[in-house]
Amino acid sequence: MSRTGLERRAAMATLLAERKDDLLVVPGLGSTCWDVAAAGDNDRNFYLWGAMGGAAMIGLGLALAQPEKRVLAVTGDGEMLMGIGSLATIGIKAPPNLAIVVFDNGHYGETGMQPSHTHDQTDGGGVDLLGVAHACKIGTCLDVADEAALAGLAGRIQALDGTLFARLDIAASDPPRVLPERDGAVLKARFRAAIAS
Amino acid sequence: MNAPTPTVDWPDRLYATLKRADIRQVGYVPDAGHARLIDLCRADPDIHDVVLTTEEEGVALAAGASLGGQRAVLLMQSSGVGNCINMLSLARSCRFPLLMVITMRGEWEEFNPWQAPMGSIVEPVMKLCEAEVYRAVKPDEVEGLAERAVQHVFGDERIAALLLSQQLIGKKVWTK
Repeated sequence: MSRTGLERRAAMATLLAERKDDLLVVPGLGSTCWDVAAAGDNDRNFYLWGAMGGAAMIGLGLALAQPEKRVLAVTGDGEMLMGIGSLATIGIKAPPNLAIVVFDNGHYGETGMQPSHTHDQTDGGGVDLLGVAHACKIGTCLDVADEAALAGLAGRIQALDGTLFARLDIAASDPPRVLPERDGAVLKARFRAAIAS
Repeated sequence: MNAPTPTVDWPDRLYATLKRADIRQVGYVPDAGHARLIDLCRADPDIHDVVLTTEEEGVALAAGASLGGQRAVLLMQSSGVGNCINMLSLARSCRFPLLMVITMRGEWEEFNPWQAPMGSIVEPVMKLCEAEVYRAVKPDEVEGLAERAVQHVFGDERIAALLLSQQLIGKKVWTK
C-alpha cells in the first residue's frame, strides 16, 4: 500500500487560514518555509534558512517569552529528526502555548527527495514521530491524515491550551518554491516590531 | 585559632550578575562546575530553567527568547561547544544576542584524557564563530568578566563566551 497524503500547500493554507495576530509562526528550513510563505507573508513569521534541527527549540524560547501568544513551530520530518532530542526538552517543560506540527512526507525534499527515517510508515517500516512525541510526554499528540483532522488541528492551534504535537501525513511533492525574505537580521527586526505593536 | 573557611562564592556572584542583567531563560546541559548556579536558577521562580539534551538546543532557545523579548544564557561544559557550531549560524546570521558560560575541562589536573581534544580548541572555535571570549581563572575575576560579557551581548546584540577555567572550578574527584 502506498501512502497518499495531504497536499502540502493546501494543508498549510488550511492551518493558517483563520490566523490571528497572536499566532507566531516558526517554519523550519526548506519546504515548510516555502509553504508558509506561499500561504501569505506575515511579519509574525520567523523563516529559517538554516539552523536545521532548531525550529522546535526556537519555538520553545519564544513560547516561554510570550506566554500570552501562541507559537506554531511547523517543520518537516528531516528537520524534526535532526532536533529529535528537543521533543524530550519540550515534553518536560510543557509550555501550554506551543504547537509543533511536522509535515511528514518521508523524504528530504530539498536535497533530491531521498527517503528519510520516517519513509514507508504506512507499511509499518518507518520511524513513528508521533510515537516519539508521545514517549517524550508531549500532552496532546495528533495524527492528521485527512481533511477533517486537518480542520480540527487548525481549530486547536487557534485555541491552544497545552503543548501539542501533530504529524501530518503529507504527499511527497515538490511544488515551486515561494521564497520569503532571507536576511536574518531583517526577519528578526520585523518580527520583534510586529509583536510589540 | 582557625583560619577563616574559604568560601566558593563566585557562582552566587555570577547568578547575581545574571539577575541584574534580567536573564529570564537559562538553558543548560548539566556540568559539575555549573551545579551551584543551576541550583540557584532552578529555585528562581522568575527564571525558566530548561535542561537540554544537547547544547545546540540552547542556541536555538536563546534565539527564540530574544525574538520574544527575553534574555537568555546558555550554560555548558567545554565538550558542548563543538555541538553548537552549526546552530551558532542562527545567532550570526540574524545577529541574536547569545551569552554562553562554559566550564572548562581538559586543561588543568584533568584525569580524563578524552576531555582534552575539545577543551583545547574551545577558544579558537569560539573566536571563529565570532564570539568575544572572556576567561576567568581566579574567583574574584568572575563577576567583572561576566558583567563585561553581558554588556557585549545585550548592549550590541553580539555573541560572547565566558570561560570558567578548570583551575577555577577545581579538579573532578574520581574516587568516592
